[in-house]
Amino acid sequence: MIGTAALIGLVLVGIACLLSFYRLLRGPSLPDRILALDTLAVNAIAVIVLFGLWMGNPINFEAALLLAVLGFISTVALAKYALRGRIIEPEDRS
Amino acid sequence: MTLADLAIAGLIVLGSLFVLLGSIGLVKFPDFFMRLHAPTKASTLGVTAILLASALFFSFRTDTPSVHEVLIIVFLWVTAPISALMLASAARHEPSTEPEMLDRDSGSTMAPDKTSNPRESEPE
Repeated sequence: MIGTAALIGLVLVGIACLLSFYRLLRGPSLPDRILALDTLAVNAIAVIVLFGLWMGNPINFEAALLLAVLGFISTVALAKYALRGRIIEPEDRS
Repeated sequence: MTLADLAIAGLIVLGSLFVLLGSIGLVKFPDFFMRLHAPTKASTLGVTAILLASALFFSFRTDTPSVHEVLIIVFLWVTAPISALMLASAARHEPSTEPEMLDRDSGSTMAPDKTSNPRESEPE
């Protein structure tokens, strides 16, 4: 029963990945694309956890945690780039 | 099939539906600041439900509490508002993410272009 539920969840999250990939390709502005990438990272965490539930082995949590950290860091870096034009500000030499 | 199995399966399907709802909102909403709402809230709730289901499943299977997922839940709940705030402040200065719906309400100061707004030509 849990396997069936995990399969249904994988299909639904796969459709969600396709929709956010459509927004990534279509998105009229740069923040739209960054938001679509962030959503793709969250959906990939869901896919990894659902795959671990379907297979029944608890080995995938490190991958999910790594993906959460990397998704957050890349979103913040890209948003900083869209905001300021550079990610790491040079020090103020005055 | 026990009550725990039923709860885990329900949490999985509910969380997947919320994740799908977040992505539908990301595609269907008309402007950027509405599109920011859907993934940062609905998808975070959906992933939280899926991770809770996973924690329950592996806790019941191995008879020891499995707390890895709680770490991911706490991390997601801390970082989702921060990334949403960064994206909103990045989009505020972007000219191509002008709000379309804000000038229909009373907040007419957000209207970027006066000539393209049909309400502006009407006498008050």
